[in-house]
Amino acid sequence: MYSYEQEVTEQTDNVVHMNVGPSHPAMHGTLRVKMEVQGERILRADQEIGFLHTGFEKLGEHRTYNQFITLSDRLNYFSPLNNNIGFALAVEELIGLETPRRCHVIRTILSEMSRLADHSLCVGAMAMDLGAFTSILWTFVEREKLYDVFEAVTGTRLTTSYARVGGLAFDLPADFEKRVTAILDSMEKTVDKLRGSFYKNRIFLDRVEGVGVISKEDALSYGITGPMARASGVEYDLRKFKPYLIYDELDFDVPTYSEGDCLARYKVRLDEMDQSIRLVRQAMKRLEPGPISAQDQKHALPDKLSTYTDMESLIHHFKMVMPGPDHGINPPVTDLYSATESPNGELGWHLVSDGGSNPWRVRVRPPSFINYPIFGKLMEGAMLADVVAMLASFNVIAGELDR
Amino acid sequence: MGVVNSLNDVITTKLAFAINWGRANSMWPMPFGTACCGIEMMATFMSKYDASRFGSEVLKFSPRQSDLLIVSGRISLKMMPVLQRIWEQMPEPKWCISMGACASSGGVFDNYTIVQGVDQFIPVDAYMPGCPPRPEAFIEALMTVQEKARRGQAKSSEYVSNDDARDPSLSPLYRSPDAFHFSPTPPNKAQAASNVPSNTEKGPRFEGGPMSNLSPEAMEKV
Amino acid sequence: MLVYRKENLSTLAAKVEGAFGDRLLGKEEKTLYVQFSVKAADAKSLIRFLKDSPELGFTYFIDCCGVDYLKYPRPMPERFAVVTTLLSPALGVKVQVRAFVPASGNGSAPARIDSNADLFAGANWTEREIFDLYGIEFTGHPDMRRILMPDDYEGHPLRKDYPLRGRGERGAFPVYHAIPADQAPKD
Ligand code: SF4
Repeated sequence: MYSYEQEVTEQTDNVVHMNVGPSHPAMHGTLRVKMEVQGERILRADQEIGFLHTGFEKLGEHRTYNQFITLSDRLNYFSPLNNNIGFALAVEELIGLETPRRCHVIRTILSEMSRLADHSLCVGAMAMDLGAFTSILWTFVEREKLYDVFEAVTGTRLTTSYARVGGLAFDLPADFEKRVTAILDSMEKTVDKLRGSFYKNRIFLDRVEGVGVISKEDALSYGITGPMARASGVEYDLRKFKPYLIYDELDFDVPTYSEGDCLARYKVRLDEMDQSIRLVRQAMKRLEPGPISAQDQKHALPDKLSTYTDMESLIHHFKMVMPGPDHGINPPVTDLYSATESPNGELGWHLVSDGGSNPWRVRVRPPSFINYPIFGKLMEGAMLADVVAMLASFNVIAGELDR
Repeated sequence: MGVVNSLNDVITTKLAFAINWGRANSMWPMPFGTACCGIEMMATFMSKYDASRFGSEVLKFSPRQSDLLIVSGRISLKMMPVLQRIWEQMPEPKWCISMGACASSGGVFDNYTIVQGVDQFIPVDAYMPGCPPRPEAFIEALMTVQEKARRGQAKSSEYVSNDDARDPSLSPLYRSPDAFHFSPTPPNKAQAASNVPSNTEKGPRFEGGPMSNLSPEAMEKV
Repeated sequence: MLVYRKENLSTLAAKVEGAFGDRLLGKEEKTLYVQFSVKAADAKSLIRFLKDSPELGFTYFIDCCGVDYLKYPRPMPERFAVVTTLLSPALGVKVQVRAFVPASGNGSAPARIDSNADLFAGANWTEREIFDLYGIEFTGHPDMRRILMPDDYEGHPLRKDYPLRGRGERGAFPVYHAIPADQAPKD
């Protein structure tokens, strides 16, 4: 019987070179893939990255610790708060600084809300890439509500720069609780709506089920973390591995699936959104008044109001922000690897300090960079149309990928 | 636009008015969103801010069907040739918005890899300050460009590209299929360059961009 | 669920010291992991030992990065370090192997270290990144070429002696410079 597929694969010379990206909607703006295609099948593929290389790590060596928090937003613009908080925690661990409880609670709440924002964009965009445009409109409505809260808290929608070494930039607004509760309810509805629309949707399932399967061994060997690893049966979540902030007090599950395909990755993200909502609800109950920054004037910035009114705070502020080796935070001469769970996986910071005000080396261990290489392996032998589904389920953030 | 401007009597002036009115109210953007600003650009096109109120909701990532390039996000050394290639592919008349501090001036990234302002390499019609600019600022910039289009102005009409832009072999991005890195060893650069048809004669200004001079085989490779 | 088990840190330290005792340049116990410093030549065998030894089982690749210690206030054994972080699902602890790589003397022969890409698939790209940004070459790597910077870029930007603003690359494009129409050559 005649089959087109057979005809194409039998002609060995019928290999077409194909280039996708870097400016291509399926490639998220900055990724490039070059393929050898025969019919609909990809024979070999090569990924090229670096189109958004921004030199964060070099710049970090020329900026102080607190200045780097501003840059850490721009690394991951899907969920900047996770990066702010992760970096602040790493520096605090380096200098051995304890932060007050209210700071921990606020950081937990904001990390989880930021995770919601990240996952909502990812699940929306994944369905959009597969042709279901409506879902991104739904999730963007939720994201806009989250933006409103972030704006009320941090002053900006996207590049929040909210954490500081030893605390937070400023306290929460008065109506924070009311705003957050309203969002959580509508977010829950949206997650249910997404489940209802896609879990039994034949068109969607045909494109994601069994596509791009990552085995557990591969996940370990490639170092894949986060939702992608948990979709492949690796039960690794830093919030459980070594609870930081107040995660040890909170009750939550880590959803895992063993299939390892695109559908499992989609499901893990939706389930994690449920868990984040749970976490925020629990953490909100633990929000009590108190100081938001450590009272350590050598390492933590004094709060802004007192620098304007109090001579001593002004001096400490001056000592902290002025450039030069004698000013700023001077951590011990050592190095440290510290990691937190960002929405895409393990976000690690390898800090090397020379005792000065600037880090000697800031290595970002970005989840996207470590998660992305396996895409090349998945593409080999896959169908051309599956590439879009696979890449969308990865949630690659180019800022983090290329740094 | 040259065609329209060179005919100057009453009827064609009105025709020009009609054409410009049409162009202004149906800008087709080519979104070049690379980084954080791209997310705010997405937000502008989504439900809350809804750029389709300004006739600009058709996002098709196809430079040949677009007349408004939106550069949103930082542009690195490696990306700049891509951006220029896309700009060259867009048909005249065309406009360009540089969104955010990075695209306009390099922003906070004054380092070895970020281009300090895309306006060094492509003409920009509207700059948007902010890191990232809010969607309202985006809409303001869009309206500025619409106003320019209504008046029949475009920064691109003041510039021509030089010969370098027309020679694809000079572009770091251009690679013939042999240069695909499937093999572990990178291919010989000189050999790769020799696969590119030489193209030194000058083409007409901004008609078709650098690609129009390529032979059909070379077009396929691109 | 993988959980951190503090008690295993000392087991790990004892095992590695037993096998590599005299070849270790240093050992430091941190909050979540143990850091071992070794010479470049020993790094691969230590990592192989960590991965293959049945009691340790460091099969989860976490990270690999480079550090340039040029003019670091403390004396360091060599100029460069390649730091590999691994996690053991069996023990529930992390380990860091810091391999010191000597700088090339005159700049013609690059700094070299053995590649771990055959042990961990994830090391492939991280090693390419170190090669790109530090110029450290990995022997036995299947695909040693630049990853972040353009292929024809010169220099290794994360080295300490490389200027932050580069050496003029970002302003010098061979591609296209806008020329005002009145100064343009006539067609
Ligand atoms: S201007 Fe700011 S928000 Fe925009 S791309 Fe640059 S860093 Fe990101």
